[in-house]
Amino acid sequence: MKKLGIFSVLLCALLFASCEDSDDNASQYMPTPAPLEIPSVFQNQILPPLIPEDNPQTVEGIALGKKLFFDKRLSADNSISCASCHRPQNSFTDSRQFSVGITGEQGFRNSMPLQNLAFNYGEKFNWDGSANSLEDQMFGPVTNPIEMANTWPAVESTLQSASEYPQLFEAAFGTQSIDSILVTKAISQFVRTLVSANSRFDQAQLGLIELTPQEQNGLNVFLDEGRGDCFHCHGLPANPLWTDNAFHNNGLDAQFDDLGLGNITGDPREFGLFRSPSLRNLKFTAPYMHDGRFATLDEVIDHYSEGLVFSETIDPLMKAISAGGVHLTEEDKADLKAFLLSLSDDSFVNNSDFRE
Amino acid sequence: MKKIALLCIVTGLFYACNSDDDTQAPVEPDPVTVDFTFTQNWDGAAIANADYQNTVYVNANNTALKLSKLVYLISDVTFTAQDGTVYDAGDYNLIDARNGTNTSFTPGIEIPEGNYNVSFTFGFDDEDNDKSGGYVDLNSDDGGWGVPAPLGGGYHYMRMEGTFEAAGGTTETFQYHTIRANKHTTLPPGAGTLEFVQDTSFVVNLGTITVGSSTSIEVEMNVAEWFKNPNTWDLDLNSTVMMPKFDLQIAMNENGSNGVFNLGVVSQQ
Repeated sequence: MKKLGIFSVLLCALLFASCEDSDDNASQYMPTPAPLEIPSVFQNQILPPLIPEDNPQTVEGIALGKKLFFDKRLSADNSISCASCHRPQNSFTDSRQFSVGITGEQGFRNSMPLQNLAFNYGEKFNWDGSANSLEDQMFGPVTNPIEMANTWPAVESTLQSASEYPQLFEAAFGTQSIDSILVTKAISQFVRTLVSANSRFDQAQLGLIELTPQEQNGLNVFLDEGRGDCFHCHGLPANPLWTDNAFHNNGLDAQFDDLGLGNITGDPREFGLFRSPSLRNLKFTAPYMHDGRFATLDEVIDHYSEGLVFSETIDPLMKAISAGGVHLTEEDKADLKAFLLSLSDDSFVNNSDFRE
Repeated sequence: MKKIALLCIVTGLFYACNSDDDTQAPVEPDPVTVDFTFTQNWDGAAIANADYQNTVYVNANNTALKLSKLVYLISDVTFTAQDGTVYDAGDYNLIDARNGTNTSFTPGIEIPEGNYNVSFTFGFDDEDNDKSGGYVDLNSDDGGWGVPAPLGGGYHYMRMEGTFEAAGGTTETFQYHTIRANKHTTLPPGAGTLEFVQDTSFVVNLGTITVGSSTSIEVEMNVAEWFKNPNTWDLDLNSTVMMPKFDLQIAMNENGSNGVFNLGVVSQQ
């Protein structure tokens, strides 16, 4: 009877012990949530940002992503980082027509600016929609032979052997084992923080300032179907992203050297289509178009006004194509330019949180 | 004796608790939802994704055209029972015909099975169009489904776009955009030019439909009708910049409300 009692006590102790949390690592991994702050001009206007369930924003993840974004060790010869072609002072695009990879070879498209990408509801990234998520997009440049020309095993090995990175990954993701998925997740978290919503126009929307008469008239040109009709692709004040993030053939060429979206889908109806860029921060993002063919905003406006060229996949929103466009007056062009520049956000490109 | 009396009372109470209604009360069936499918055709020929930018259609004015985009908004699907009871979920659905987005739609309301007059609104009526705060999903969709403030604000009803062979032999583009009609003192529209707006949404009545436990209703759009009746549409005259033109919005409303939408197949599964 005494033995039975002892056995019972031991059994109970065993059961209690089995109920204890045996995952010591899980208890140590406690990243700090860092939900995106929604700018006032976005609130109650557009849908919330898209944050993947498997990659929530955290203080540690964002900090790690920022470090990786500026780290040249991601490239095969340690010569370029993400920021080399996505420069903060240029709203995270490249002032060169084509960026230059580690071999000195040029790319064939202008680098896209990185802003408000958490609000890309269609989740098609790059000029040609070749990436289906921000994380997916991050995989490309590291291994692209005309960009960083590295391999993921090499990147993982480099970061793993660096003194600081294992602990940073531990803090961000609960593991010191570094792989490409975690690298892209961290950089994506940082890029999602690149929210721009403090332009002169934003301030006017909030009632803090007034637009100049020229900017106001430029907005009217922008919104007028018969003149600019920019809003059908680039949004309204009620859609302050200033892009539809969709794909259009905007009448640049009669023949295509670059098939754009059609090169990804194989659909001839999508040959020559490229994603609409946001009109935010045009002050900093020259040159313009997918191939950076226009050095100035004036050239862009001239194109839509009188330079349109017909091709089979032309977007129906392009008007009076046989005449090259609607032929804006010089006054309307100047006003439109003034409005477009009012969408530029100096505080964004000067934000120290986004600098190395 | 007391015990006997107590037993009788308790027994009586038990009996009193029995149901004295031998007939079972009829079991009301659970209320049901109703599914809708939105299809598009050109005078009866189904329009599929492959037809966009490929198939040449000839409109009532004998103009050859191709479609590139067809997106339209419907709202306020309403079920009116024979006793006059009205069921209206008050919701809306933005259909992208080319991409097949939202071509299936189930209004967020449950109704008893029975016979109903079924209708919906093409676009938004003024009450919905002017809803305070607007609609964040529509603001975010398609680059902003909204209508610029100088045109009276609110939202597009439909964006139909494509190319056509102009009389001069060139290929031109058209943007058949329906919105609330807006009258201006002068064009182009701008600050202070807007005189008034007129609701050009319209109610589409699908007739009486029996709603069972699993009913699906097809709503057909005959796209050719937008160009046909009562106004034969001449794209050489009116192909573009139609949003701020009051008379054109009225004309599009007349064509749209005159045979564009029809009841298709009603299935009970």
